[in-house]
Amino acid sequence: MHDYQYDHQTVKGFIVSSIFWGVVGIVVGLWISIQMWKPELNIPPYFTFGRMRVVHTNGLAIGLGIGAIFGISYYIVMRLARRPLLFPKLARFHLYLFNAAVALAALSLFAGMNQTLEYAELEWPLDIGVVILWVMFAVNVFGTIIKRKEEQMYISLWYIIATVIAVAILYIVNNLAVPAGMTKSYPVFAGVNSANVQWWYGHNAVGFIFTTPILAMFYYFLPKSTGLPIYSHRLSIVAFWSLVFAYLWTGAHHLVYTPLPDWIQTLAIVFTLFLIAPSWGSVVNGYYTVGSDWSKMQTNYLTKFFIMGITFYGLQTVQGPTQAIRVVSQLIHYTDWVPGHVHMGTMGWVTMTTAASIYHIIPKIYNTEIYSIKVANTHFWLVLIGQLMFSITMWITGIQQGALWKATNADGSLKYTFMEGLAKNYPFWQLRTVAGVIFTVGMLFFIYNIYMTIRKGRALAASQA
Amino acid sequence: MAGELYRKPIMFAIVATVVILVGTIVTMFYPMFTEGMHPKLDNLKPYTALQLAGKDIYMREGCNNCHTQTVRPLKTEVMRYGEYSKAGEFAYDRPFLWGSKRTGPDLARIGGKYPDAWHYQHFENPQAFFAQSNMPKYGWLKDRKLDPAVSESHMKVNGFPYTAEDIGGLAAKSELDALVAYMQVIGTAVAKKVAPAAAAAAEERNPLEGDERAHERGEVVYKQYCDACHGDDGKGGIGPSLTDTTWLNKEGDIGDGRIYEIIANGTPNGMPPYANQLDKDKIWSLVSYIRHEQHKNK
Repeated sequence: MHDYQYDHQTVKGFIVSSIFWGVVGIVVGLWISIQMWKPELNIPPYFTFGRMRVVHTNGLAIGLGIGAIFGISYYIVMRLARRPLLFPKLARFHLYLFNAAVALAALSLFAGMNQTLEYAELEWPLDIGVVILWVMFAVNVFGTIIKRKEEQMYISLWYIIATVIAVAILYIVNNLAVPAGMTKSYPVFAGVNSANVQWWYGHNAVGFIFTTPILAMFYYFLPKSTGLPIYSHRLSIVAFWSLVFAYLWTGAHHLVYTPLPDWIQTLAIVFTLFLIAPSWGSVVNGYYTVGSDWSKMQTNYLTKFFIMGITFYGLQTVQGPTQAIRVVSQLIHYTDWVPGHVHMGTMGWVTMTTAASIYHIIPKIYNTEIYSIKVANTHFWLVLIGQLMFSITMWITGIQQGALWKATNADGSLKYTFMEGLAKNYPFWQLRTVAGVIFTVGMLFFIYNIYMTIRKGRALAASQA
Repeated sequence: MAGELYRKPIMFAIVATVVILVGTIVTMFYPMFTEGMHPKLDNLKPYTALQLAGKDIYMREGCNNCHTQTVRPLKTEVMRYGEYSKAGEFAYDRPFLWGSKRTGPDLARIGGKYPDAWHYQHFENPQAFFAQSNMPKYGWLKDRKLDPAVSESHMKVNGFPYTAEDIGGLAAKSELDALVAYMQVIGTAVAKKVAPAAAAAAEERNPLEGDERAHERGEVVYKQYCDACHGDDGKGGIGPSLTDTTWLNKEGDIGDGRIYEIIANGTPNGMPPYANQLDKDKIWSLVSYIRHEQHKNK
């Protein structure tokens, strides 16, 4: 274990950093959820909804999501390569640079430096920073895998490799722009073409940030924490290749009924429907893995995190394709249904699986046990309730919005003004804030548990030294 | 044989890259070289320096987080917002600003829908127009001046034509001026379609005449749709007074049917059409209300 100590501190650094940025992102999220029903909470110029929403999405996607992915991927790569990182100092520098970049990113977004490409809002100097961060990550991941001491590459490594490659391509292409000063640029793509490139990126950034690296965690930590081997290796092979193949065809399902050429829309819808199969390949693999001994749900506190996580992944990957179908899209697109969908994935699948992975890693690093299973269970139930309440509330209001926008009188005129439709959202938007608070309290239990475990581990290490 | 792949990371990475690139090439890369991805309407004009500055502010403030700019070819959507979006309208948008969420209404046809004064006052205080609106106030933009040098560099990068006067003129303009100028140009490359629901205007006389309660019903509708522009009791504001004897900038009364037609179809200089939002009875009740207020005034 001694060989790993330095790298483990880097992993822990990423985990703690990601939790910190997670808190920032969640607090901003709560704030903007209140702005939806209380516009007085918009405080110009920095704290208006338009600026803060991108701080929320970027803070959580990059700060919490990618931060955790960096740290946990390093951990998984070391375990599966049976060796420390090839470039330990580079990884440590990567950690510092990551935090500096996220801090600058947040400040720049508050300042209104926004490319307005969804999930690629950062302006060009920070884009370069993100690419440098990614290259540093790639060098260590590939280097360590190439110099590994275990011949076979386990499933999780496939997903991590795919993540490294796909995100690099997606991010660089979508951010190609001509600078106009240090804080402003204009993309090289215009109009319809720009929409197509953006949603090719936007959808697949979701795929390769919120799906493949999280699946890498799932395939590694589920067997590790339960002691149960993955049900089918063959199924995981089929699921992997069909997933990474089909994902990149589907971006245009975000552009249904827009002026984008119809053939691209239709092709995207077809591949989106196909994507159910590989997604559920992993879901089935997860269920059957635990299916060999369901008592693990009671005896091992982490099993339920993974099973709930993969369940939400399963629901997400059926709901998503359903939304892509034209007849469904025309009702729910542009409504609050969509944030309901997104948050099931991020709160239910990504956060649940990532938190469980962290629960596994932190005690392992300190060679101790988790501080409190009871606190972890409280965390589990609170985030589950908060997330369900959030998503269900948003689905209801989304269907309502879509229906009100479409409603007509007997003579064919529109039945509701836009404002009448909007006013009916208020109770749901308020309920969503309550759901967010419940989720946040759950996350505080998680943070407390991790903090106390680290404290316990440090005390233990000090007593042994 | 196939099992080898999982022992050779470089080979694996190459195969994975190829697999990932297939969909990318077919749906993103290849279309880029087809004409269908670069359409441009003949009468689409590049943004002026003031409009571009406004568009930059729209982006800076993240307006796209709550407003879309694409009308789908769906019946009720065209009724609510106007003609559905055409591919050739967006050639000068780098990037596109279609958005993905309508917390507020779509803006693809906002250009020319309201007079400038409406936008200035609405940005200043959206709740004065719609009490239940959740839009933030943007009046603070009028205290911030444009920087002509910055605008010039932005025009250059976009390759839009401009003159020295265009740029010089910006020094006197505020960010709010720019944003309003941008609002007024959005979607104007496509001609407005006149609502077909005006046939009822042929009825010269108000069918509700003699209905004692009609003006009360009309008042309810008026308070919801009209008073933000035409003021309390029709005394005027952004829009003209409805209780004086001037109609359409001319002295002299006009018939009930003509008033109905204006409400239903709007006018070219700032009155939006309401035929798709108000049924016949509601529009006639408004006519009754306007006549009632006129009489009170006499």
